[in-house]
Amino acid sequence: MRYGQLQALTDVTLSVAAGEAVAIIGANGAGKSTLLRTIAGLHRPAAGKIQLDGREITALPAHERVRAGVVQVPEGRRLFPSLTLEENLQIGATRGRAGEWNLSRVYELFPWMPARRHMTTVFLSGGEQQSVAIGRALMANPRILLLDELSLGLAPAVVQRLYALLPDLLESGLGVLLVEQDVTQALRISGHAHCLLEGRITLSGRPADLAPADVEAAYFGFERRGRRG
Amino acid sequence: MSESTAPSVRVSRSRRSSIWMLVAGVVLLAALASLPYVVYANVTDLFVNFFILLTLGVTWNLLAGYAGLVSVGQQAYIGVGAYAVLVLAGDGMSPFLAIPLGALTAAIVSIPVSFIVLHLRGAYFAIATWVVAESFRLAVLRAPSLGGGTGATLYGLAGVDPAVREAFTYWAALAVAAATLIGCYVLLRTRFGLDLTAIRDNEVGARSVGVRIMQAKRIVYVVAAAGAGAAGALLIVSQLNVQAASIFSVQWSAYMIFVALIGGIGTVEGPILGTLAFFLLQQSLAERGAWYLIVVGAVAVLMAMFVPRGLWGLVGDRFRLRLFPTGYWVRPAR
Amino acid sequence: MSWVNAVVQGILLGGLYALFACGLSLMFGVMKVVNLAHGDFAVLAAYLALVIVSGFEVPILWSVLLVAPLFGLVGYVVQRFIIQRSLDVSPLTTLLVTFGLSIVIQNALLEAASANSESLQSGILASGSFQVAGLHVGYLSVLIFVTATAVIVGLQLFLSRTSLGRQLRAASDDQETASSVGVNVRHVFGVAAGIAFGTVALAGVAFGMYSSFDPAAGPQRLIFAFEAVVIGGMGSLWGTLLGGIVLGLAQVLGSQIDPGFGVLAGHIVFLAVLAFRPSGLIPQVAQAAQ
Repeated sequence: MRYGQLQALTDVTLSVAAGEAVAIIGANGAGKSTLLRTIAGLHRPAAGKIQLDGREITALPAHERVRAGVVQVPEGRRLFPSLTLEENLQIGATRGRAGEWNLSRVYELFPWMPARRHMTTVFLSGGEQQSVAIGRALMANPRILLLDELSLGLAPAVVQRLYALLPDLLESGLGVLLVEQDVTQALRISGHAHCLLEGRITLSGRPADLAPADVEAAYFGFERRGRRG
Repeated sequence: MSESTAPSVRVSRSRRSSIWMLVAGVVLLAALASLPYVVYANVTDLFVNFFILLTLGVTWNLLAGYAGLVSVGQQAYIGVGAYAVLVLAGDGMSPFLAIPLGALTAAIVSIPVSFIVLHLRGAYFAIATWVVAESFRLAVLRAPSLGGGTGATLYGLAGVDPAVREAFTYWAALAVAAATLIGCYVLLRTRFGLDLTAIRDNEVGARSVGVRIMQAKRIVYVVAAAGAGAAGALLIVSQLNVQAASIFSVQWSAYMIFVALIGGIGTVEGPILGTLAFFLLQQSLAERGAWYLIVVGAVAVLMAMFVPRGLWGLVGDRFRLRLFPTGYWVRPAR
Repeated sequence: MSWVNAVVQGILLGGLYALFACGLSLMFGVMKVVNLAHGDFAVLAAYLALVIVSGFEVPILWSVLLVAPLFGLVGYVVQRFIIQRSLDVSPLTTLLVTFGLSIVIQNALLEAASANSESLQSGILASGSFQVAGLHVGYLSVLIFVTATAVIVGLQLFLSRTSLGRQLRAASDDQETASSVGVNVRHVFGVAAGIAFGTVALAGVAFGMYSSFDPAAGPQRLIFAFEAVVIGGMGSLWGTLLGGIVLGLAQVLGSQIDPGFGVLAGHIVFLAVLAFRPSGLIPQVAQAAQ
């Protein structure tokens, strides 16, 4: 996979099963976001394949992947400032699939929303904005949800609450691929984890089987390059 | 990019080919200067138009290609240059001597205008410059002393032998075109040229490293106005009359833009090649009325979309050629 | 008395300019694109209406029903295959390309028709007028003003109430995120251009009924439209209506001072707004539907 003129990802192979959460962990610049954005269709890979249920979707543009069931919650929320809260949710259903998620289901999940649905999202707190971004993605009734740095800039308690939503979503058969710098949080929630270093997967396994020292080594690449002064 | 890790490179400015080009340029200039002794006036007339177009193309390219300012209103200064010559000649000055003053007048007029238009970008700048040109035209229409809507005739050349007049007009046009080219080239090779390139590539970054953006843009704007003024002065001298509707016509902007688009924006060589191509198209389609602008316009549009670096981008890269080396060659050292 | 009359005429003329400008305003508001061939497309629409009217002997207002949808289609194609493609090169390329298009259209019209000026004869609509409080008010000016207002209200409702309008606002905010939540950005931009071109067709026909036109009339139409948009505030449709009215007033009151001063007065107001209030009279705020 190439990003610009630099090769950002090399030989990355991973899969996500329905009802499973898979975590990608790694330091800044390891290629985590590039990976997620490539799966969402925002980057075209130079080589390699992306498949959904055996159907190749590598050539599909981003908006068509939403219809196929691949939906991203982007890093930094990226809500639309010209749209009201409710419109931000509705736009998620533009090319969505049919399914259980609709406005009233999202409002059930986030009971504070209906009172503010006609307001712009600019003045919401970070956690509230992240909830809208999650709601927007759910409106498309995804098969697989791509979560990019959910915890970024949020208080730990808020992050806890957001991640507490995941088990129910997984229960309903949704697959989740999450990129997270908060390793503890990511490992706690996921059934499988991959550690990404300089565009390569250096460690994979079930969180329970991964020794903290190995994770640390894979995360920072100590073993390969030696500790730098 | 530390020295220990970067492969060693050789940085040079001129290459041997550039030096030969310089020699060729001097020879070409001498040959062109002797042309009136060799050919008839109808040929030198063609060259006069060519030099005017070249001057316009090069200065427009300086604005758009180096300062990122797409002007659709350079005809304002073409008109100012022409009317300045008209007025000065009316006061008894030789029209040929008035040509540099026409350029100077345009430059002076452009300074106050620059305070309105230069803080604008993109379409705002483009249309604002256009409206300025339109305003100049409407103002001239309301000035009976300048001939108003019917136009005015240039006095001062009536008694001169046409052959002599045409030869001098040719030399004046050659001098203006050569001065414009050399002037732009020298300007771009100075520190100032680097500043401009930095602005074009990344205005915010340029500001952060201390480039004085507004000043650089103003210099370019005034220089381009002087070029357009000189072109306007040449126009009135070669045509012996001036009409507000045609001298302030947006058609001139179309010519400049097409020349730069076809030749390649952002290089010194591009507009030369563009002027040649434009001129050939114009001459070969001369019998077909409006068709030539349809064809030239369509070519320019297609070039802009599919060959954004223009003809020179194709040729210069192919042969690693620079007639006017303003950049640097960076090659691995052997 | 004549001053009161001038004010009324100026406001009504403003409706025509606003009708001209709302397509430009929409395209700038959504795609940040200024189509320099805007005026020439309007003139093209007027010629097309002329051909339809004389060819099929139908009333002018009927020809609009054909020209406007046709222009909608043209707008979609121009956006997807010319404007979007040039945007991918650089925003400045869009200016150059649309300017080139403007020259091509003008000269193609010159080749197809002639340099003579034409007009769309609408009979009683153009010449008829009614009297209010001693003022003569032309049917046509009122019709155009009402049309302009209706178009602006319609566009505003479309943007704030429909799914497509929502997608347009989202794509305008953030193209990448819009596409990642399922908006086909290039398609909706094409639709926006189609709508804008539909209004251009309306404006071209209206102008053709209002005054004569020739192949070279486009640039001036573009300048007036752009002036209205900038005076009102880029990207705000209500601002565009206000800007059109201010421009119309400046021109008519300017002519009142001196017959040759009208257009120049409009230019001076425009340049003054650029110099002292570049964001326009109604600057665009985040346009959340209330």
